This record gives sequence, C-alpha cells and structure tokens, in this order.
Amino acid sequence: MDTPHLPFELAPGASLDSSSFSSLLRKLNGDAMPELSGSTPLEGPHATTILAIKHATGVMIAGDRRATEGYSIAHRSIEKVFRTDRWSAVAIAGSAGPAIEMTKLFQTELEHYEKIEGERLSLEGQANKLGQMIRGNLGLAIQAGLIVVPLFAGYDDRAELGRIFKYDVTGGRYEESDYWATGSGGRDARATIKKRYRPGITADDALKVALEALFDASEEDVGTGGPDVLRRIYPNIASITEDGFLKYGDDRIAELFQELIHERSKVASTEEHVPGAERPVIE
Amino acid sequence: MSLPFYVSPEQFMKDKSDYARKGIKRGKSVMAMDYADGVLFVAENPSSTLHKISEIYDRMAFAGVGKFNEFESLRMHGIRQADVRGYSYSRDDVSARGLANSYSQILGQIFTEAMKPFEVEILVAAVGEEGQPNELYHILYDGSVADETNYVAMGGQSEDLSAYLEKNFRPAQPLNEAVKQGVAALKEVENRSLPNGNLEVAVLDRTRERRKFARLTASEVEAMTAGAETP
Repeated sequence: MDTPHLPFELAPGASLDSSSFSSLLRKLNGDAMPELSGSTPLEGPHATTILAIKHATGVMIAGDRRATEGYSIAHRSIEKVFRTDRWSAVAIAGSAGPAIEMTKLFQTELEHYEKIEGERLSLEGQANKLGQMIRGNLGLAIQAGLIVVPLFAGYDDRAELGRIFKYDVTGGRYEESDYWATGSGGRDARATIKKRYRPGITADDALKVALEALFDASEEDVGTGGPDVLRRIYPNIASITEDGFLKYGDDRIAELFQELIHERSKVASTEEHVPGAERPVIE
Repeated sequence: MSLPFYVSPEQFMKDKSDYARKGIKRGKSVMAMDYADGVLFVAENPSSTLHKISEIYDRMAFAGVGKFNEFESLRMHGIRQADVRGYSYSRDDVSARGLANSYSQILGQIFTEAMKPFEVEILVAAVGEEGQPNELYHILYDGSVADETNYVAMGGQSEDLSAYLEKNFRPAQPLNEAVKQGVAALKEVENRSLPNGNLEVAVLDRTRERRKFARLTASEVEAMTAGAETP
C-alpha cells in the first residue's frame, strides 16, 4: 500500500531542518518570508541610533524613536528595541521595514526552536542564527540598499554575564566586550559612552549613560530623535539580567532626562564653559 | 495467477481499531482538567525529558498517549502549523479548533489508508480568556474528535480515570487542590505508589503573560500534594 498523502513533515524522510522556523516557512508559505526580489532601488523609512552597554549584572540595550525618509521624519515613535526571548533582545538600525520583519521572524524562530526542542537556544546559538538571517538579507542590501544592521544583546545563563553582538551587512558577527552603538548617530553615541563607561558599571549608571549617549547623538545627527517632552516620547531602554528582559517605563526615563537637562543647563550657564567639563563622573 | 484474499471493509477497520486500541491500552495515562485559572495536565512519565505534555502556542497545549514517535511527530506538526499561521496572519488567528481539525484529518487519513494506524490518542487544549470557557479536543487514533468539557482522560487507564473524575471533579478548584486531585486520581487507578519524580505536571494558566503554558517542577508538585490525600 502507498504511503498516504500526509503533510510533508510527517512523510518519512522529510528533508527539513527540524527545528528551524525559517526553512519551514519558506517551504509552506514562501510569500510570508521577508525576502524581496528585483533590482529596482527601494527607499523606505530608516531607523537610526541604537546602542548596548554591558553592566555589572547584565546588559543595557537602547534605541531612539525616530525613523527618517530622506530629509523627512517618517515616524516619531518607532520601536527599535525588541525582546526576542526572555533573556535576549535585538535593536535595529537601517531600513525599518525589513529590519522589523527580520526581528519578527527571529522571535518566532527562537520560540519555535524552544517548543520543538524542549529547551531554549543558547545565546551563542541565537547570535549565530541572527547572523545567518542578516546574510540571507545580503542580496537585498546590495541590490536595493535596504541595509539591516542589528545589535543583539542578552544574558548568557551559562557564562552568567551580559553579552553584546554586532553585525555587518554580510552577516559577519563580532562580539563586543564592553559597549557598542551603531546607526546614523552611532558614532556620536559611542563618543559619549567611551567617556562615561567603566567596566563593572552598575545598571543604574548604565541607564544614565545610555540616555545621555542617545541625547548627544540626537544633538549631532539629524536622523536621531531626542526625547520629545511635548509628546512624551522617550528612548526605549531595556536591561537584561538574570531575571530576564525589563523595559524601563517612560516615567523613569523622563525623570532621568530632566536630571540630565538640569546638569547640562548648569554647565551651559557658566561663563566660559567646556561642554561636559562639570558633569559629575559616574563611579 | 494468485488472487488476493478478500477481507470485508468492516473486518479490516475493526482489526485496525483493535490493533490501535491495544497499543494505547498498554501505555500510561494522561489527564487534563479545568481549574480556577485554566487547565491542569497530569501524566505519569518516568522520563523528565521526553514529554507527553507540551506547549503548542500562546494559549494552547498538547498531550499525547500511546506510541512516542507517533504522537511526537503530531506534536511537531501542531507547533509548525501554529507558528506558520501565527506568523503569516496574526497570533489571534491560531485556534485550537483549527488544529484539532487538522489532527483529525491526518489521523483519519492514516487510519484509512496506511497499513498500520497510529497507536495514539491526543488532546488539544486551549485556555479561555477570563470568563471564557476552556477548549478540550480529544482526538482518537481514527481521527474522531470529541469536544470535551471539564476533564479528559486518555491512555491505558482512561476508563477508570474518567470514572474517578466524573465522581470527584469539582469546577474552579484552586491549583493546589486540582493537582492533589489529579495525582490522587492517577494513583487510584494505577493502584500503586507514584513517586512525584515520575509525574509530569503542567498548566495553561490564564493569569500568565502571552505564553500561558508552564511546567510544574517535582518540588512544586511535592509541596502541593503534601499533607492529606484528597478523597
């Protein structure tokens, strides 16, 4: 008797990487796969400055809220920091559409793996998987300029510390030991973090540094949005520790931003001022 | 030239049914029941890594009895179907009814067309939002589906287990009471002692965040079942 007609994955010898969601999706519903074809240059909103800072109990990950389209603001309150599982998160820079889609696919990929295998993918494994997904996007980056460069951060429960991974468009994966910032204002944000960062910095101080770095980037870079007091739009900042992913509320960020403004205005009002000179050093 | 033996369809189906039932009868039991915050699953399972109960999607879980490789492939099918659907459309579009339907089709097809039917019984459960009823779909080896309420018992001792639950089930029990009752039910029908380490206990708890499924550890079960045995 013939083998009955079964869903392909139940048929004997189904060739499928059994725990990969993307290979499954490509097979079952190719249209839903975030891949575009064609060689016409596409333009869409770009998301901008994102950063990650390692701290004593884990890692801080943050992003501003602006998306730009050429010289216009495409979106004032876009989210760039996404929880991908309980102990990891992705922040996105580059073309917003493909980046958000890629993040959604990555989130599903992790959850799918966890359910099929019965245990979570290791942080290292997650970082590698994300690299492969970026590489899959390479054709798009070359043809259409839709570049997606995320930052990946998480708490590694095996090594018991926070870890940061950055990527290039070719899917190259590099681990950062202390901090990293990328996107259009990434350079400016990095400059601030470089001055403020100390190894073993506390989570509270890392939060302040993250906010300050994003604020500085917004002053220097047109693509980066600063805190918007009028509309109450503040950067997304989250901390990942042993206890999991925790996003700071807008009230907390608003309060810290007020403090920051207060410090800055003191500096600005002195007669001969050197920017940043009188700021207290964070222990 | 030889003619194949004629076997009447009735006989053929009956033989397959008997075969599948026998296989299931040999296995251990699983039960699921409603409790105050959702659905509780209790199974006898000496392995702590090869699960009989598993998460499918946000509000949905799966339980299987019978042959491990067979219900395991069905479990994976469920996760795949749910994830693809949730990704292609939206998370709210993944329904237990849809999945139960798909399982029913697959098992029905295997039962009629394959030489050997699957020796499994499975359960697709979904916890309802606050104030909404839970869904329990019990699917048999031949693809027939029963939409059950309050509790479901499957596996070797399913009849005794059902009888026990029919007598003792009380709606909206707190979790520890429900766990106590579930463990007592299994012990009663197996008529021997069951160390907590050999129990697989999980819940679909509507008070949890997006993913409602959680396993209870042996020590949690220990703490809940400690003290007086429930009647």
